[in-house]
Amino acid sequence: MDSIIEVNNLTKKFGDLTAVDSISFEVKKGEVFAFLGPNGAGKSTTIKMLTTLLEPTSGEVKVAGFDVGKQESEVRHSFGIVFQDPSLDEDLTAYENMDLHGVLYGLNRKERKERVEGLMKFVELWDRQKDLVKRFSGGMKRRLEIARGLLHHPKILFLDEPTLGLDPQTRNHIWNYVKDMNQQEQMTIFFTTHYMEEAQRIAGRVAVIDHGKIIAQGSPTELLAQTSTQSLEDAFLVLTGHEIREEAPDNWSMMRNIRKAKR
Amino acid sequence: MGQPILFLLALGFGFGPIFQRAGQGNYLQFLAPGVVAMSIIFFSVFSGVEIIFDRQFGFLKETLAAPVSRVSIMLGRTLGGATVATLQGLLVIAIAMIAGFRFNVLSSLPLLLLFMFLIAVVFTALGTAIGSLMRDFHGFQLIVNFLIMPLFFLSGALFPLEGSPKAIMTIAALDPLSYGVDGLRGALMQTTHFGLHLDLLVLLCLSAAIIGVGAYFFSKVQV
Repeated sequence: MDSIIEVNNLTKKFGDLTAVDSISFEVKKGEVFAFLGPNGAGKSTTIKMLTTLLEPTSGEVKVAGFDVGKQESEVRHSFGIVFQDPSLDEDLTAYENMDLHGVLYGLNRKERKERVEGLMKFVELWDRQKDLVKRFSGGMKRRLEIARGLLHHPKILFLDEPTLGLDPQTRNHIWNYVKDMNQQEQMTIFFTTHYMEEAQRIAGRVAVIDHGKIIAQGSPTELLAQTSTQSLEDAFLVLTGHEIREEAPDNWSMMRNIRKAKR
Repeated sequence: MGQPILFLLALGFGFGPIFQRAGQGNYLQFLAPGVVAMSIIFFSVFSGVEIIFDRQFGFLKETLAAPVSRVSIMLGRTLGGATVATLQGLLVIAIAMIAGFRFNVLSSLPLLLLFMFLIAVVFTALGTAIGSLMRDFHGFQLIVNFLIMPLFFLSGALFPLEGSPKAIMTIAALDPLSYGVDGLRGALMQTTHFGLHLDLLVLLCLSAAIIGVGAYFFSKVQV
């Protein structure tokens, strides 16, 4: 199996702050890869660089054989992404959001019609196609985003905390969709999560990042052996320590603060 | 929507008699194009600035991760926003007609739509440029009060530029919206201060320039 994501000495600096410090790792084609780390470790920054949303300060990233700096368009065609915060247009219906994605990715009308229907049925949202997304629950939005991310048949699916805040049934459904995609289409899965039991169950290989550096890489079993622990959660705590890490406020809390300031 | 109508009715009927007595004719006829311009610029700027909203609430990420060039996204948003703003402008004209505004619909319509659209394009692109530079909504009120309002008030939308103090006339000549308002008046009532050709030239050049600027800043946006 060859590599579908190659990262070499990737660095990102924001002024004096080094968020990502010369990391290197690879993800093999068809793998389910978990990218773990505490808050502020550099996870989101790394994913943004892998998905062309952020320019690296230095280093090399190749996705599906294409360089993220020089072959942006090819890179974007080869992956789908489900973001941590919903990235749907709330004023459109579920169907319209799917269709818009198809247009942005260059699918023709026939392809869009067939695939949108197929994928919405796959995530069991077809009978809600005409509903406005603003009326969807968090779990439904996440399922819709997964369907949307798969629309252009990408080789890689990036998932940033895909099951955060969801009920067990939805979480179960989501991992089933992901496993199906991986097994049937040999789609490479790259995800981050704070739910260590899920990572342990689902992932073939894991990388742990902390303070901008990769501190461990390998299969869950290898990490357990390395840290002499019984669960990935314990291994993680051994590797990253027990201190709580601060995270930046999310956009919704910032919006609430602006509202208060106006009064 | 409400504010332009309020302006139209309150100022139009309020200042009407004074305007008439000053020998300037029907104020409602004079004011209506200005109010149309007002509704267009406010809607356009909000439309353009909406990308901050998208950035805050995620939809922008979807468009940025897609294999579409930033310029296409920016142009698409600009043309889309400008189209809706133009339709809003038409709505304001319809309401003005109910209030008593009259114009020759058939002969004026093409030129009217052209000028409305150009004003909308300029201000949507301006909104996008501003939105690309802002991280959140804090500066927004400042922008509206110190940029958009002055552009509007000094554009000859509310009062005739002929006969105003030289200082005002000079500032108005530098204000891009003046040419837009003048173009609207020219299209609707065949009276212009700068001449329709100059109005059109200024707006076209400005559209091209500001779309370039907006596209540049938008291409630098990072989520």
